[in-house]
Amino acid sequence: MAVLVLADHKDGALTQPTRSTVAAAQKLGEVHVLLAGEGAGAASAAAAKLPGVAKVLTAEGGAVAHGLAEPVAALLVSLAGSYSHLLAPASAAGKNVMPRVAALLDVQVLSDICGVVDADTFVRPIYAGNALATVKSADAKKVITVRAASFDPVPAEGGSAPVEAAPAAEDPSLSTFLGAEIVKSERPELTAARIVISGGRAMASAENFAIIEKVADILGAAVGASRAAVDAGYAPNDMQVGQTGKIVAPELYIAVGISGAIQHLAGMKDSKVIVAINKDEEAPIFQVADYGLVADLFKAVPELEAELSK
Amino acid sequence: MKVLVPVKRVVDYNVKVRVKADGTGVETANVKMSMNPFDEIAVEEAVRLKEKGVATEIVAVSAGPSAAQEQIRTALAMGADRGILVEHDGVLEPLAVAKILKAIVAKEGPALVILGKQAIDDDMNATGQMLAALLGWGQGTFASKVEKDGESLKVTREIDGGLETVSLKLPAIVTTDLRLNEPRYASLPNIMKARKKPIETVKPADLGVDVTPRLTVLKVEEPPKRQAGKKVGSVQELVEKLRNEAKVI
Repeated sequence: MAVLVLADHKDGALTQPTRSTVAAAQKLGEVHVLLAGEGAGAASAAAAKLPGVAKVLTAEGGAVAHGLAEPVAALLVSLAGSYSHLLAPASAAGKNVMPRVAALLDVQVLSDICGVVDADTFVRPIYAGNALATVKSADAKKVITVRAASFDPVPAEGGSAPVEAAPAAEDPSLSTFLGAEIVKSERPELTAARIVISGGRAMASAENFAIIEKVADILGAAVGASRAAVDAGYAPNDMQVGQTGKIVAPELYIAVGISGAIQHLAGMKDSKVIVAINKDEEAPIFQVADYGLVADLFKAVPELEAELSK
Repeated sequence: MKVLVPVKRVVDYNVKVRVKADGTGVETANVKMSMNPFDEIAVEEAVRLKEKGVATEIVAVSAGPSAAQEQIRTALAMGADRGILVEHDGVLEPLAVAKILKAIVAKEGPALVILGKQAIDDDMNATGQMLAALLGWGQGTFASKVEKDGESLKVTREIDGGLETVSLKLPAIVTTDLRLNEPRYASLPNIMKARKKPIETVKPADLGVDVTPRLTVLKVEEPPKRQAGKKVGSVQELVEKLRNEAKVI
């Protein structure tokens, strides 16, 4: 049986976590990709080019136009008969839809998997990544969300899969989309960026994040924040890196004024190189940092900007 | 309207969990237990809805061991009116909890169930969505704002890239995100009062729910440890190392 991946797409392109999810799905069988919502048609060309994808299904308008969980879950359930596994990235969208799909199919969802052992057995982090559980599912069908940072994405080019329209699914009419406020940014997405620079509570204000943003723009980096900075209102929740925010594993992660609570480490400890800048030399972040600089961030970050501009 | 708030007993946020030597799980004996932090946000939101006159009664329910009464008492001290403990000593996966809650909803008839988006022990992020599916209700997950709007509920949701607002037909499910509110501390008089509030105890079998786990845990292990690296003396040295040693910039 084939496996189905529910893609995240934006502005006619697939997100990098979607390509990582396809990489995980390829370990399980022939991969079909489903794109739902506005722009699905435009993004289908990108999905068709992914190596190893055998078929692309699109559902553009109607009830699924805004990606609401209830109609998208209904669509997935209507397609589920042909698939052994249904996967999505563990993004805000995937985490919203897939548990609903699982319950409709009477199976236990496998959330945020970071490893595929075999068709029934998966590895997933628990307790903020302080333990890894290997679990075997007894359910006939598997419904899965995938931790993108744990799977190298498949290349963007190389395949040529046929694109078909998915059969229309019922509209449960339980919710209505009223609007969205999407922050416009030229910077890369947190979960796809090669370099991430994050600020913590020591940033002391939202305005002060500007000094981090300057460094980010020089490096082409995404900007993140600790939960403490989000709680304090210095940064939007969308920027939160950690157990209850985004999980990132960039080549370079720069933690600025972040003490390194286990909940934050859960979101970034798989980064290839970690830099910590903190004035408290006892801060736990230094225990995971490859390069630590004990310094006042308000002095060190502008210096870093100047040094990188040289 | 009546509001149901499920609460989970979990290892406290501040505890550094240890994997058991035999690899069967994590050490939970003699470890501080608390209400799941996202569930505290759910209780707080329900109490605020009651203070605004939107909610009429708040029922806190927990599925777990007998000791989960402590977490129900915490919810009662925060302002919930009464509690239900669905007592079960073994593993309860989100699907089983959703089935238990569906049975409680059938008995209680709430117009709204508010749950934490994620429990900090199994990190599943699933029970609310699964309950919504089983009930055939709409879901407003990862909520940062909840407003009653006539016969529907307006929910602002945290999504990748920003915020989304949806309108849910009632009855509905809401799961809480961090910025929804800041939970209150229960005052001593309210803790005393909570002792007199009723807690009903039932078993999953009384509700006709099969809670057999679908997942078998084959092993639990520690993730690979990261070694602490070196301290650098200056920004110049840091940039030099990143360029020439780590070669990442």
